[in-house]
Amino acid sequence: MRSETARTRRGHAGTQTATLARGLGVFSIALGLAELLAPRTLTRSLGMEGQERLVQAYGVREIATGVGLLAARDPTPWVWGRVGGDVLDLATLATGLEGDNPRTPHIGIALAAVAGVTALDLYCAKALSGDGSQPRLPLRDYSSRSGFPRHPDAMRGVARDADIPRDFRTPEALRPWT
Amino acid sequence: MKALVWHGKEDIRCEEVPDPRIEEPRDAIIKVTSCAICGSDLHLYNGFVPFMKSGDIMGHECMGEVVEVGPEAKGKLKVGERVVIPFTIICGECEQCRRGNFSVCETTNRNKDLAAKAFGRTTAGLFGYTHLTGGYPGGQAEYLRVPYADRTHIKVPDGLSDEQVLFLSDILPTGWQAAVQCDIQPTDTVAIWGCGPVGQMAIRSAVLLGARQVIAIDRIPERLDMAKAGGAVTINFEEESVVERIEELTKGKGPEKCIDAVGLEAHATATLDSMYDRVKQAMMLESDRAHVLREMMYLCRPAGTLSIPGVYGGLIDKIPFGAVMNKGLTIRTGQTHVNRWTDDLLRRIEQGQIDPTFVITHRVRLEDGPAMYETFRDKKDACVKVVMTP
Repeated sequence: MRSETARTRRGHAGTQTATLARGLGVFSIALGLAELLAPRTLTRSLGMEGQERLVQAYGVREIATGVGLLAARDPTPWVWGRVGGDVLDLATLATGLEGDNPRTPHIGIALAAVAGVTALDLYCAKALSGDGSQPRLPLRDYSSRSGFPRHPDAMRGVARDADIPRDFRTPEALRPWT
Repeated sequence: MKALVWHGKEDIRCEEVPDPRIEEPRDAIIKVTSCAICGSDLHLYNGFVPFMKSGDIMGHECMGEVVEVGPEAKGKLKVGERVVIPFTIICGECEQCRRGNFSVCETTNRNKDLAAKAFGRTTAGLFGYTHLTGGYPGGQAEYLRVPYADRTHIKVPDGLSDEQVLFLSDILPTGWQAAVQCDIQPTDTVAIWGCGPVGQMAIRSAVLLGARQVIAIDRIPERLDMAKAGGAVTINFEEESVVERIEELTKGKGPEKCIDAVGLEAHATATLDSMYDRVKQAMMLESDRAHVLREMMYLCRPAGTLSIPGVYGGLIDKIPFGAVMNKGLTIRTGQTHVNRWTDDLLRRIEQGQIDPTFVITHRVRLEDGPAMYETFRDKKDACVKVVMTP
């Protein structure tokens, strides 16, 4: 007998977790677009001039992850992908703390923000990973629910007597081709 | 009275609301004895249909007993009669109603201007749906006010149970009209996307109308089992390629007739167009996900027919209209002209040709309705169709 998870239908994350995953997907795309289209603004505000190409590459990564999150039947690997990306972001931001960067306070704020998002990503990834490990329930057997009094083959064409209205009929000119 | 009330996305509550009363001479009030959750209610639940207001009463599949009749409906309805209420409210007098095009009745939508702005022209008033279609309180309640009740009803003969006739309100005539729109010939293959309640009814209708082969496409195993029980060859699109399997089943020619019983929330995954739709819908750049429409247009045999009972609400993108034009496809769609088909379908139920109760998987009290929306939406507990009793 086939079975399914107790909490969720196969292929469906729990409603709140799924909503969070979709929200993270939209956030990913929005952040990715900002990184791709305005890298200089970002590097300037963080005192990390010269890293524009890297920021744009991260933007492409964010957009790809966002699309994956929104499109995938199972968003779990994409959320874990975001966690990995967060670690990369944190490491990159940490390099901005070296030397005499006048924008260190901005780096601190950015690190705190990314750490917050990382926590959210981790929570979502763990919740999604947990969905698949729940005990399974059996599916019901609907294989005898035909709705017909006899085998479908015996019912084929029983309603050919139906008076199909003229405006619902295929145009005569198309009939030989259908 | 108790009713299921919409308060926002994924927020439907069972609440006390004022009892309905006769407001117009053609009105009647019915005491609801059975009602159901429709797949199109889920579009409201999921927040995909605009112009809903907090406090709207849900439901457009219901039936009950007449308890009060307005003065101008008295010749046609009597207190105590059992009636099924079609989801389309009809006047029976306008040009469209006289032609049998009841779902585009020109009279009953009390927000005609709003509908005309959205659709170009008004369509009929509908129970328990968006204010684009009149914003009439629905039938997931203890009582229902039925406007134009002298025409908006189907009388139930003695001897038939609620469950045998309840689906005359929507899903049975909707599946039937989907098949009738195909003008099925004995040589036809009919491919049906979606094995929810309307898809199941469309499968039975296509078999009864004599299709040589019916192909049903879905991803939920128990729904595919139910489709197979009704005489369909099934395709699980998560396990096999729809294109390749249909090519095989139609010897490379495609189905003559295709039915979209899915609508605006197609769940296709891992295809380029579905990713595109998901992203655009999430960014609010597109309202409807049109994967099924694209697949039908691509697969349908030249000079074939696309029948679309699935609900679409607004804008879709990347439609291969070149395929439609060059293959000479006919597109037929629309909300169901319920009363056009119900006399015939009622006769077929009475004769035992079809028993629509096969689709019911959950029976609950009205108070349990809000939770059942989630169960139905997520296909939990093998849910296919929910019937509620107030």
